[in-house]
Amino acid sequence: MALTGLDIYKLLPKTNCKQCGQPTCLAFAMKLSQKQAELAACPHVSDQAKQALEAASRPPIRLVTVGVGDGRKIEVGNETVMCRHEKTFFHEPGYVVRIKDTAGDDEIAQTAAAIAAYGVERVGMDLRVSGVAVENASKNTAAFLKAVDLVKAAGDLSLVLMSADPAVMEAALAKSASSKPLIYAATKDNAAQMAALALKFKCPVAVCAEGLEAATALAEEVNKAGVEDIVLDPGTRGFADSLVTLTQLRRLALKKNFRPAGYPIITFPGEQASSPEEETLLAGQQVAKYAGIVVLERFDPSTIYPLLTLRQNIYTDPQKPIQMQPGIYTIGEPGTSSPVYVTTNFSLTYFSVAGEVEGSGLPSWLLVTDSEGLSVLTAWAAGKFDAEKIAKSAKTSGIADKVSHRKIIIPGHVATLRGELEDELSDWQIMVGPREAVDIPSFIKRTWN
Amino acid sequence: MPVVEIPTEKWKGKIREVTLGGGGRKTVVVGGETTLPFLHFEGEMPNRPVIAIEIQDCEPDWTGRLVSAWGDAVKDPASWAKAAAAAGADVIALSLESAHPDNQNTGAKEAEASVKKVLDAVDLPLMVFGPYVAEKDNEVLVAAADAARGTVVALGSCEEKNFRTIVAACLASGHVAIAKTPIEINLAKQLNILITDMGLPADRILMDPTTGALGYGLEYTYSVMERLRMAGLQGDGMTGLPIMVTPGEEAWRQKEAKAADGVPEAWGKIEDRAIIWEAMTATSLLLAGADVLVMRHPKAIELVRATVDKWMAK
Ligand code: SF4
Repeated sequence: MALTGLDIYKLLPKTNCKQCGQPTCLAFAMKLSQKQAELAACPHVSDQAKQALEAASRPPIRLVTVGVGDGRKIEVGNETVMCRHEKTFFHEPGYVVRIKDTAGDDEIAQTAAAIAAYGVERVGMDLRVSGVAVENASKNTAAFLKAVDLVKAAGDLSLVLMSADPAVMEAALAKSASSKPLIYAATKDNAAQMAALALKFKCPVAVCAEGLEAATALAEEVNKAGVEDIVLDPGTRGFADSLVTLTQLRRLALKKNFRPAGYPIITFPGEQASSPEEETLLAGQQVAKYAGIVVLERFDPSTIYPLLTLRQNIYTDPQKPIQMQPGIYTIGEPGTSSPVYVTTNFSLTYFSVAGEVEGSGLPSWLLVTDSEGLSVLTAWAAGKFDAEKIAKSAKTSGIADKVSHRKIIIPGHVATLRGELEDELSDWQIMVGPREAVDIPSFIKRTWN
Repeated sequence: MPVVEIPTEKWKGKIREVTLGGGGRKTVVVGGETTLPFLHFEGEMPNRPVIAIEIQDCEPDWTGRLVSAWGDAVKDPASWAKAAAAAGADVIALSLESAHPDNQNTGAKEAEASVKKVLDAVDLPLMVFGPYVAEKDNEVLVAAADAARGTVVALGSCEEKNFRTIVAACLASGHVAIAKTPIEINLAKQLNILITDMGLPADRILMDPTTGALGYGLEYTYSVMERLRMAGLQGDGMTGLPIMVTPGEEAWRQKEAKAADGVPEAWGKIEDRAIIWEAMTATSLLLAGADVLVMRHPKAIELVRATVDKWMAK
């Protein structure tokens, strides 16, 4: 939790010797609290004060990394707010799929390969599944090692190693520690040994215990053994208990600076789900409400794709809305006589325009202009959506080669740009569309033939 | 084990309760929360969120898979209302789509007939939506309000451009207004103020903050709802009203729910994906504070109801 200037002042020598370059200790403390000065500038600060200040500047939820693969490793934690509108959610949760070492070699290899190959593009981002949780369901060491090998062979998937037996875990870590797997899990029965393995192999470890108190107590125990990279599993498997417990953990970490709650959380939404749909909806809840790693029981694109989309929505920075890549977009299969609409590259504007154009039933071209992610009115007011910009994108996008007519429809909110645009685009006829996207279908029905 | 003291939020506000139905029909109460969604350990959620099933007064132009889920019921609003009731609707949401100028451009007479048909067919509370064209909304919703005298129905949409007419109809016939604003907290609050200034009590307003579907602006609706709800719980009487959203309509407009072919293989099977698209839009909005969901597909409805059951179990 951030200290105030006064809190910091109490820890300083209060001699006002000015060696830090500030007139008083209090002034220096104020600079420190605003992160405009470094503690090292004061030569007289005590070790005790140093420790207290460092502890206070630690993030309330530790950032933990699992895996090493490019675009695949899971970096979670270091969140600072309860709701995304307060700032943003920073580190999106990783999805991993559980594979049991009893599944049979072919199936293990195939599932891992399918997960590794899976990728889907959404508004300019490449969305992927982070990895695989290999479970030692067989209780047999050789089978577990084989399964780990098969999964590793599929590519740079992030790994969660699931076994309650420290000896089995050690054997698996011996061959996979360099890929930084998550050890799952330390329990009250094996915490000391699992903590020792986490230290020996420099890998993060999950602690698993029933309920918030038991899980945080176990985290504290493992942390006292010297382990910093910890992931919490408070054992909640349902909708209501997971929502409540994960909310409480996030609050304890952020509002009370309760260290044992200050770790990312791993969830298993499918463990008690009665159907794939139920697992998916619970996973969705956990993405919105505070999970860091979500372990799914199955790999199925029709449920993974909605989950990846939801994660992208929830983890978009509200201050930096998703922008569409400027350029030409097609709605349906437009031809040379299809209408051409101009709009901005604010994703929400694009989505509402595209939705209504689609609803009009008339295949169309959408010319998305770079408005730096602003909506029509805001962009226009800020000078990011003017005649010059629209003309430029009309000329450079190549839309003139796609259609035989020369009509372009601009949003009704910028009707005033018409005259200027007619000058800039002299061979085009400028049509003024409706102000609101919802009126597009009736507009086009009236005006296009 | 050390006892960990759980921080709780002490909200001083309470979301207003809005009642639909009555007058010989079933009653549904929404709102009344004194906590964020489903956090029963620190406040009350006296009324579970409800699911209104959308039906239309003419055969819908929805995607085939969605229409066939209702079978022949869609041919007539009365049979559709019965099917919706059988599918577990808490409320029937009747869309007077045929009034759209691009559709059959029907008017007050047809609206009145459709509303009466549905009221006769089922004993559930009703919400009535116009075709979202302000002047037509005025015409058909005023007629609907009159036809439904004696029970409380919710009328939408009531927007900045036509709220006077709709609110006057609510005042005259004792109904609830659905105040729709475009994904913005201050506009929502402002419209509520304008409506209450006309004399409609705040407990006869449902807020519709405008819904973005999963992948299509969901995050904006989600955050605006969280902010509205928190402002309401902090005691702001003009934001502390129940929230209504339309995940059915929004989800089923999207390619993800409609397109079986010509989309990436990575999207998976259309049958499963489409249902999840609606259901996950709905459950995400419930987590942000939705009190009334207007939904479309029976399977998605079943999934969401089962989820609400789990959230409400203490
Ligand atoms: S150098 Fe240290 S002791 Fe001297 S004025 Fe600055 S803060 Fe105070």
